[in-house]
Amino acid sequence: MELIEHSLRRAGDMLRTGKVSSVELTEACLRRIESAEPDLHAFLAVSGDLAMQQARRADRAWAAWHSGKVSRQPSPLNGIPLAIKDVICVAELAATAGSRILENFVPAYNATASARLRAAGAVFLGKTNMDEFAMGSSTENSGFGPTRNPWDPQRVPGGSSGGSAAAVAARMAFGALGTDTGGSVRQPAALCGVVGLKPSYGRISRFGLIAFGSSFDQIGTLTRTAEDAALLLQTLAGPDARDATCVPTPPPDYLGALSQATDLAGLRVGVPEEYFKAGVHPEVETQVRAAIEVLAEFGAEIVPVRLPHTEHALPAYYLIANAEASANLARYDGMRYGQRHSCHNLWETYVSTRSAGFGSEVKRRIMLGTYALAAGYYDDYYRRAQKVRTLVKQDFDTAFEHVDVIAGPTTPTTAFKLGEKTDNPLQMYLSDAFTLSCNLAGLPGISLPCGLDANGLPIGMQLLGPAFAEQRLLNVAHVFQRATDWQWHAPSLEN
Amino acid sequence: MLTIEEVTHVAELARLKLSARETEQFRGQLSAVLEYVERISSLDLTDVSPTHSVLSLPGALRADEVRESLPREELLRNAPETEAGCFRVPAILDEG
Repeated sequence: MELIEHSLRRAGDMLRTGKVSSVELTEACLRRIESAEPDLHAFLAVSGDLAMQQARRADRAWAAWHSGKVSRQPSPLNGIPLAIKDVICVAELAATAGSRILENFVPAYNATASARLRAAGAVFLGKTNMDEFAMGSSTENSGFGPTRNPWDPQRVPGGSSGGSAAAVAARMAFGALGTDTGGSVRQPAALCGVVGLKPSYGRISRFGLIAFGSSFDQIGTLTRTAEDAALLLQTLAGPDARDATCVPTPPPDYLGALSQATDLAGLRVGVPEEYFKAGVHPEVETQVRAAIEVLAEFGAEIVPVRLPHTEHALPAYYLIANAEASANLARYDGMRYGQRHSCHNLWETYVSTRSAGFGSEVKRRIMLGTYALAAGYYDDYYRRAQKVRTLVKQDFDTAFEHVDVIAGPTTPTTAFKLGEKTDNPLQMYLSDAFTLSCNLAGLPGISLPCGLDANGLPIGMQLLGPAFAEQRLLNVAHVFQRATDWQWHAPSLEN
Repeated sequence: MLTIEEVTHVAELARLKLSARETEQFRGQLSAVLEYVERISSLDLTDVSPTHSVLSLPGALRADEVRESLPREELLRNAPETEAGCFRVPAILDEG
């Protein structure tokens, strides 16, 4: 078995027992990146020098512990090569958020998420491609060219964390960070056949994350297994004085509890009929229903539930998220950082900087958000949308009185072709129909591979839970992954 | 359907200048999205209160103390133009 085929957890075990070095793991990832990157374009920047430097440091830390010179065992992430979505700041590595307007921006500080991974000894392979400012579902809105799906380079990897999902699927990294505002971790995870965990709003600090929709944005992980997600979450979660929206409760021992999860006796799994309506491809439905059947075989009770406002979630989401985006992106004015297109006065400089720096989708969303907040429309759009948000949240509150988790397809279809939806923004938005309700309610969600369609493309099952029930989702996902082997199916790449 | 004038007005509010082609394209696309989001107008929302945030955390307060911050030079490194340790910006008022 090649080194890059191992899960993050297994690679960590091999480091701990001295069977492999971080330098070996890192070199293996960099070799894969070198061979697969020309076809996939998963990365905006590969940080080979930094990675090798971090790998050598990690190896020294393991050596010091192995020889008994240091008594404290290094973190299970010490020496693990990871990829970071380009919307999350890593000091001294350019952070573009996929936008030309930030082309030369090099942050002077680490996001809390990157700082925690660095402190744990993780190795940073590079920054991954994404839809500009995380606005999109295919990574085609990147200002630097699209990422392609490792399972079929004619198809999109999903988005907006498409580079991170493709990197993990193509075995370029053992795990990656993504962000999820309306499905941007789970949707690409489903389309690339990897595990995507979107924790509850407030679980991971967002300090140093370039903002899109501040009442939704959450950092998440892309990995091969639920165990790997638990390992990353353990390091990422927890209070941060620099993010007032990060909850003060420390995280539980995710991996410890996960290893105790062997069956699902007593677990009630809600299946919402709204998530199997028209638009869901029959093959997706068949595989997801079969996956739910597996949960039943392990003792789960399957219960039909209703989420009646599902069809209103998408309109509410696009109004609120874009209103927030229009405010957040007002900061890109060419004054303090990023591109500046100088004109004869300040006003014209703002306008020409923003018009040249932003891509089409970002402009569309800023316009939609501006419209929804404009005088005369505020009550009809923005305020109504916030009330609908209450109803969507209440749907979940009611459902979770009767069930412990909710299961359904992550996406209506498998990966679509490049260019298929670029001219029709509304069609593109609909690929997030099942993922964004959870962001409206601030809930955790996980997508895990549960099958392949007739074209050999991955299908994802989504599990949703009540706020801060990440442990429950990870446990269910882990039991499913012990019973099945979908997470070990890998795209065949020319090597 | 939005008018060309409405699209241009919203662009101006957002500090964007659209080409004629973009204006026409956005008019169609934004109109389609607005028509789609109209479906929330069918809901009776009289007694529903809006959700601004899903968290009910109290505002986080800390002591107002001087702390170490990043060096000025490092933060100015990303600026398009600087002068005397400050951000340099174009003239705010048109000359004469």
